Amino acid sequence: MAFLDLSNLQKSFGQNHVVKDFSIAVEQGEFVSLLGPSGCGKTTVLRMVGGFETPSAGSITIDGRDVTGLRPNQRAIGMVFQSYALFPNLTVGQNVAFGLKVAGVGRAERDARVAEMLDLIGLADLGARYPFQLSGGQQQRVALARALAPRPKVLLLDEPLSALDAKIRVSLRTEIRAIQKRLGITTIFVTHDQEEALSMSDRVVVMSGGRADQIGTPFEIYNAPATRFVAGFVGTLNTFDAVVTDPATGSVTLNGLPLALDRPLDAAKGATIGVALRPEAARLGRDPSREVVLPATITAVQFMGAVVRITAEVAGRRFDLDTFNRVDTPPPAVGGEAEISVGARDFILLGD
Amino acid sequence: MNKVFAWIAFLFGVLYFILPLFGMAEFSLSMRRGVYSLDAYRVVLADPQFQATFTFSVVMALVTIAFGILLVVPTAYWVRLKLPGMRPWVEFVTLLPLVIPAIVVVFGYIRLYNTSSWLPMTGTATGTNILLMFGYSMLSLPYMYRAVDTGLRAIDVATLTEAAQSMGAGWGTILARVILPNVLPAVLSGAFLTLAIVIGEFTMAALLDRPAFGPYMQILGANKAYEPAALAVIAFAITWACMGLIQLSTRFSKHTRAMS
Ligand SMILES: Nc1ncnc2c1ncn2[C@@H]1O[C@H](COP(=O)(O)OP(=O)(O)OP(=O)(O)O)[C@@H](O)[C@H]1O
Ligand SMILES: [Mg+2]
Repeated sequence: MAFLDLSNLQKSFGQNHVVKDFSIAVEQGEFVSLLGPSGCGKTTVLRMVGGFETPSAGSITIDGRDVTGLRPNQRAIGMVFQSYALFPNLTVGQNVAFGLKVAGVGRAERDARVAEMLDLIGLADLGARYPFQLSGGQQQRVALARALAPRPKVLLLDEPLSALDAKIRVSLRTEIRAIQKRLGITTIFVTHDQEEALSMSDRVVVMSGGRADQIGTPFEIYNAPATRFVAGFVGTLNTFDAVVTDPATGSVTLNGLPLALDRPLDAAKGATIGVALRPEAARLGRDPSREVVLPATITAVQFMGAVVRITAEVAGRRFDLDTFNRVDTPPPAVGGEAEISVGARDFILLGD
Repeated sequence: MNKVFAWIAFLFGVLYFILPLFGMAEFSLSMRRGVYSLDAYRVVLADPQFQATFTFSVVMALVTIAFGILLVVPTAYWVRLKLPGMRPWVEFVTLLPLVIPAIVVVFGYIRLYNTSSWLPMTGTATGTNILLMFGYSMLSLPYMYRAVDTGLRAIDVATLTEAAQSMGAGWGTILARVILPNVLPAVLSGAFLTLAIVIGEFTMAALLDRPAFGPYMQILGANKAYEPAALAVIAFAITWACMGLIQLSTRFSKHTRAMS
């Protein structure tokens, strides 16, 4: 059995069925993100693991012990909140020591552990400050240290970076991941920011409507989305309807244009399937190394610095593609005709 | 225009409050013929009755405050955390002491707990003191509850509770180490109000026949001339000292921005 095992969790608030048959087995030391739109039940799943909500059905096991009926203070979990939730009346050091004091850890050991934790988050000098004297990023790091100090079995983070500004958010996510790896602590991280989920996690759970749509590595989630929802939610996609002409070789027509997807298709001849392309998979102009060339009309050009996002019309559909900025290649003119080349294997097949 | 009104208001205040106060203070200093002296104060402060009743009332106030904190802090906390729908009702109940006269409550107490009742609290001095303490707690309830509830509003009660729980804390620890310290300024202001109320309270103490400061003031007032004025000034000073302490207590904690 996995270290943290959620099995067939259900949660209803009255008539509102918020979490539906949610299962995942998390290995020890693994970092798992719950990713999904607002209201899909991410926080509710996390709170059930923490013991703050009681599942309507299903069970939760931590390290071989069934904790489904246990109160939050009996579960050995660490929790980090979006709002930091530091105790305003305690100094940074006292905040970090809180859990140790509750656990009855002796003075000397406690002080040593607090110093170790403050060192870990790089705030060794700020132990005597009060929370209001810290920046948001510093407060959240203290909250992390506080959660980790009593050596919990599982660390739970509910959108810990959402209240911070963009720069801190990026640096802190790297830091959180580094600390998590160093301590090897099993972690569940809730976010609605796909970049966060993809960049930090060992595995990502994409949720919609209270269900886990797909559980996989960031690479799998991004490149082989299992459902249309996952494909649409994670990253930007250009989607097309293609008509199957030969399932065995993967030949389809796209708005009359024949092309080969270079793989067998699980659909009958004449059926319509959904195919999609990531913006970064397409290339402006003709590229001999790519099998498919699509005629396009440029409709908009957005220069973003390193990346130039071009919007075109392809096969009657809006098509976004990203190119890197090159000093010798000015962006194409709006309204002009162009060709877009893509590799046959770059097409993503959309399920339901 | 605004300035004129401000001056009128100020003048009104002077005529209505300060002048009588000044008159009383002046009178309290006039015990010795022809010169101002502190004779009246000396007499009052040296009176063993004064010392006994004042001590009694202060002790009663402290016990009342302790009981009030134990009753109100967990209640207000629980209502905010688990029963937000009940808040209007609880607030209504805590306001009742303002509309139910103390005398009604005391008669109720005496009827319910007299010596021939099922719980003869008034049979012993301790029992009666306890009863009086309950009465005082009730009188201070509107102020205590409101103060604590306002203090709780300033912190994120639910999230702080969950943070503490996740680190293994039980309810006792959460109340003592997280909630109470954070509402301490509010609790202190409620406590000083309670002190002011208890020191000056007359009806309950008199009807329950306890040797409190309020009845003593009344007896003295009926029998002497200068001493009651001195006593009134002293009582007034205590009340204002409490007000000052309330002001101070809001600045008391070093973890709030108010200090920095
Ligand atoms: N205590 C509650 N009582 C009733 N309904 C609730 C409660 N908590 C959550 N819900 C409902 O459950 C659904 C899922 O909520 P949840 O907080 O898990 O969403 P989320 O995925 O975390 O969303 P967000 O990204 O906005 O935080 C929402 O529709 C919400 O209204
Ligand atoms: Mg949430």
